[in-house]
Amino acid sequence: MDWHQQYIGKVKHAVFHTQKTGRKRVVVSTEENVIASLDLRHGEIFWRHVLGINDVVDGIDIALDVITLSSDGSTLRAWNLPDGQMVWESFLRGSKHSKPLLLVPTNLKVDKDSLILVSSKGCLHAVSSIDGEILWTRDFAAESVEVQQVIQLDESDQIYVVGYAGSSQFHAYQINAMNGELLNHETAAFSGGFVGDVALVSSDTLVTLDTTRSILVTVSFKNRKIAFQETHLSNLGEDSSGMVEILPSSLTGMFTVKINNYKLFIRLTSEDKLEVVHKVDHETVVSDALVFSEGKEAFAVVEHGGSKVDITVKPGQDWNNNLVQESIEMDHQRGLVHKVFINNYLRTDRSHGFRALIVMEDHSLLLVQQGKIVWNREDALASIIDVTTSELPVEKEGVSVAKVEHSLFEWLKLKGTLMLASPEDVAAIQAIRLKSSEKSKMTRDHNGFRKLLIVLTKARKIFALHSGDGRVVWSLLLHKSEACDSPTELNLYQWQTPHHHAMDENPSVLVVGRCGVSSKAPAILSFVDTYTGKELNSFDLVHSAVQVMPLPFTDSTEQRLHLLVDDDRRIHLYPKTSEAISIFQQEFSNIYWYSVEADNGIIKGHAVKSKCAGEVLDDFCFETRVLWSIIFPMESEKIIAAVSRKQNEVVHTQAKVTSEQDVMYKYISKNLLFVATVAPKASGHIGSADPDEAWLVVYLIDTITGRILHRMTHHGAQGPVHAVLSENWVVYHYFNLRAHRYEMSVTEIYDQSRAENKDVLKLVLGKHNLTAPVSSYSRPEITTKSQTYFFTHSVKAVAVTSTAKGITSKQLLIGTIGDQVLALDKRFLDPRRSINPTQAEKEEGIIPLADSLPIIPQSYVTHSLKVEGLRGILTVPAKLESTTLVFAYGVDLFYTRLAPSRTYDSLTEDFSYALLLLTIVALVAAIFVTWVLSEKKELREKWR
Amino acid sequence: MKKKLPLFALFLFFFSLLLFCHSSLAFESDELLVDDEEFGLEGGSKPQIKPHEPAPTRSTTTTTRRKVSDQDSDSKIQFSLEHAFGDSDFVPAGTFSARLKTSSHGGQTLTKLRFSRNAFTGEDKEKFEKLLQDDDFYRIRLPSNTVSPPGRDYIISSVKARCLPREGLDEHFVIHMEGVNILAVNYGAFGACSYPRQLKLPHKWSFNSHTVLKNSEQAPRAPIFAEEVLGENGEGEIIPPPERSFWAKYWMYLIPLGLIVINAVTQAMNMPEEGVQGGGQTQQSAAAIQRGTGSAVRRR
Repeated sequence: MDWHQQYIGKVKHAVFHTQKTGRKRVVVSTEENVIASLDLRHGEIFWRHVLGINDVVDGIDIALDVITLSSDGSTLRAWNLPDGQMVWESFLRGSKHSKPLLLVPTNLKVDKDSLILVSSKGCLHAVSSIDGEILWTRDFAAESVEVQQVIQLDESDQIYVVGYAGSSQFHAYQINAMNGELLNHETAAFSGGFVGDVALVSSDTLVTLDTTRSILVTVSFKNRKIAFQETHLSNLGEDSSGMVEILPSSLTGMFTVKINNYKLFIRLTSEDKLEVVHKVDHETVVSDALVFSEGKEAFAVVEHGGSKVDITVKPGQDWNNNLVQESIEMDHQRGLVHKVFINNYLRTDRSHGFRALIVMEDHSLLLVQQGKIVWNREDALASIIDVTTSELPVEKEGVSVAKVEHSLFEWLKLKGTLMLASPEDVAAIQAIRLKSSEKSKMTRDHNGFRKLLIVLTKARKIFALHSGDGRVVWSLLLHKSEACDSPTELNLYQWQTPHHHAMDENPSVLVVGRCGVSSKAPAILSFVDTYTGKELNSFDLVHSAVQVMPLPFTDSTEQRLHLLVDDDRRIHLYPKTSEAISIFQQEFSNIYWYSVEADNGIIKGHAVKSKCAGEVLDDFCFETRVLWSIIFPMESEKIIAAVSRKQNEVVHTQAKVTSEQDVMYKYISKNLLFVATVAPKASGHIGSADPDEAWLVVYLIDTITGRILHRMTHHGAQGPVHAVLSENWVVYHYFNLRAHRYEMSVTEIYDQSRAENKDVLKLVLGKHNLTAPVSSYSRPEITTKSQTYFFTHSVKAVAVTSTAKGITSKQLLIGTIGDQVLALDKRFLDPRRSINPTQAEKEEGIIPLADSLPIIPQSYVTHSLKVEGLRGILTVPAKLESTTLVFAYGVDLFYTRLAPSRTYDSLTEDFSYALLLLTIVALVAAIFVTWVLSEKKELREKWR
Repeated sequence: MKKKLPLFALFLFFFSLLLFCHSSLAFESDELLVDDEEFGLEGGSKPQIKPHEPAPTRSTTTTTRRKVSDQDSDSKIQFSLEHAFGDSDFVPAGTFSARLKTSSHGGQTLTKLRFSRNAFTGEDKEKFEKLLQDDDFYRIRLPSNTVSPPGRDYIISSVKARCLPREGLDEHFVIHMEGVNILAVNYGAFGACSYPRQLKLPHKWSFNSHTVLKNSEQAPRAPIFAEEVLGENGEGEIIPPPERSFWAKYWMYLIPLGLIVINAVTQAMNMPEEGVQGGGQTQQSAAAIQRGTGSAVRRR
């Protein structure tokens, strides 16, 4: 029923650890700020740590322990290699930002203590690897030098630190690494200036670019002298126009320059001349140099050739020689190779073998050895952006193929039971069993438990996960068009969900992305079939998509109408068919939308005005106009949260019967928006503001008219605010500075205009307004009830369970700071709770008031598991009313099925049907027996 | 003596009634006090109006078209309401005037809002009629800052024109304030505006305006209890429901059992009676037994 999957994200750095330890491991750091130790044989996680969102890993290395540098070079940590326990942690202070560098010299060892050199925040620190003590610090920022490289000189305890002061002054320091003593300081000016990265070619030579990016500057600082040598790129026979940059690499005597879309490998000859060794396209990736057996070096080059990937391992400095050349078949859904790390091992014949760890465009991680992919990890699933669900195909009865398969299976089973099956047959039986097992079948089930989770990831890859066991049914790397080279994906929408008609069509999802980062960038639409995982269509639009609104209308093929709002506040209708436009025209005057400009503190409501006026006649483009606006004063309020109701939420009943046999009518509007604002001073971290200058104002706004239905100030409170809006209530979580605790508040809205409909006679005679259409333009008569409770945890995400008909009582799903999901009954967040509820109220289910919300350990839906880096919780109703499906995602994935009021509409799994049947049979038998007996007796009586 | 006591009781009753009436009256005045808290009237059974203070109208609700009374001119401010018909440009349509009250801790609030609307010109009337025909929007706007209009931007609000006409043109403003800033204005009909909006022309072309100023409410504080209330019982949810009584649990078995017993008892009661009465009439009694159910009991 539940499943849990662990991921790490796209690998940034990898360090192999092979020394003598029995089990070979690789330690990686990823873009999801995860540090993990992986098994090299199977790719499993030995241990893993998810650092915070702001704790970006800058460097990783192995000294005695695993050393990581993170948080822009300010945190240095050591983790125990076998089990990942943190050994020590040091904070490195500095004044100025600079490039964080981590260097663990191999030969600077005193007993077991090896030295760690860290250059960050303008300072160079030497740290002991045993306890993280800072041995010495040298401040280069004071001399306004920006450190570019820390270089270890061979076989000595001296290091070179090179950097720039300004853009043209070059500094080289020679420092004794053991005590931080400055041995020598040289400086020289270069008129051309420096820009970009430096590439270290040898221990006393480096190469960089001048400010025009057309000249390669070789800087050598041998023998206490600095010498510059300029080489024009055109002299190397290369066209230097366009984007030129030096790629960071650690090859000896060689470096890589990227020009437009190809890469040059340039070698420094013994006469200090530069010469081009090789020229490849930009898709080719080179690994860092690896030292194996006594000073021999090797590096790997990975090139693409059609559906194959060629891996060559070359000895250092010799381009034309190959140590290993392998070619592997690569699934094109994995995209291009992004990174490669190599590692050597001793073969059985005592020669050197190489294995490569490859990071692909789709964030997957592969281990390649002997021309085979040993294992792979789908780590794109660690960076989910959006999730939606899709129904599975309906089971087709009586299909001949299935029948044949079935009889085959029966035959195999018979063979299995008679112990005649060969191992292959056993495997086949297992596979078929697994495939047809109730939970992982590829067809729709009666209760609606089996679904496809369609998941969009940062890698632009879409996965379909089976809800039964979490396996990947299909995956698709979105097609990249020529017009756009850095597309980003944003959201998933259900485009087509065949329901009544068009049953033979497959459902599809709409993926909205944009070309570039800014919100004004043109949008990209892709349509993906959810059964086959094929991209049906893809468009590069001319306009941007700031907002996407699925409309509650579908056309005859069940394609949902969507409106895309561009940055000029025009709306565009999709699909672009005449049928869609005719549907849209009918509802023209009833289409409203709102926009929240959080930075400006403005919320606006809009309506459709007319067709776009422009040179190009576009039938699907419409102008809009502003209907209302709410402007928050910049000096006192800042928007930090805006939450609306889920569009597909179902509410079972509007009336709520209270204990006094009274009826309260819920104010249920789809157009409700919850907005929370805080004092700008208190918008930072908790503790940055005094309680007196912090306040939180919450609003409930009708988005059609802009009417503020409810407005309430919490003094001394501040964000972050997490809120969920459902039915007629909103629950939000914030921090109370006065009480030094987190709080959760609930607000419920009731409609007073319907409150008179209590008279049965009136209802019978039809003198009620319950069936009258509700209009936002009417003045609402509402009352609100609120209550506040303390809550122990800080919260990462809040969601609410949703069921098919909305009858089942609700639970709040709270993603806690411990990356777990807690289910909390909505009854605890009832504003009608009082200290001493009357008997009648108790019967209604009102819990006596307490000042804090209970955290019951059994109500963690994740049990003892953790969903590391929790970002979102999705709830989907199953067809069975009592049950809701929950999918929590972050770096890990977790899926479960919840029944907030128990499964009252289905029998439990351990229900004994046999006993029931037996009882019935026994009863029937007893009836017959007694009947016969009584008949006999009566007869006897009569004969007497 | 016998008559005196009820009389006395009656007197007592009336007296207590009087007392109750009195106390309820006092309670009412208390309510008023709460209302006028911000005018500094504390204590005293009746809201006393000091001669130099203006009448204590509630700052939140003020009906319109009051004459501008005696006020300090320095703290009086005005800001204009502008309106637009459909997508036309905004033109002035009326003026709000209010008193700017500076409290001791420096915060400024508006009180005593008054509104005077300009009468519709013939042209306006035509435009409005067109809006009614088209079921289009009548839009208004206010400055977002009342002291230095327009502030950051104008606050816009709109309503379908067909919602306004009643007898005259009924309009209702709810102005949400934050200090001297206007956050939002909710503009609409005074009452309901049910959905299929009927075209209806007003009898008279004058506005009947209602304005309400609203400031933010304070949130209720989280309840704070002594520790012991919170103990294990704080999580009342997981405590198993109290064991139901024997009767509540097994009534469905007990009732039929009881019926059977009663039946049997009545049978048993009937039997001896018949035996005594009938004596030799065994034939009859046998017939009676046959009708009964518990025949086995007395058959020897």
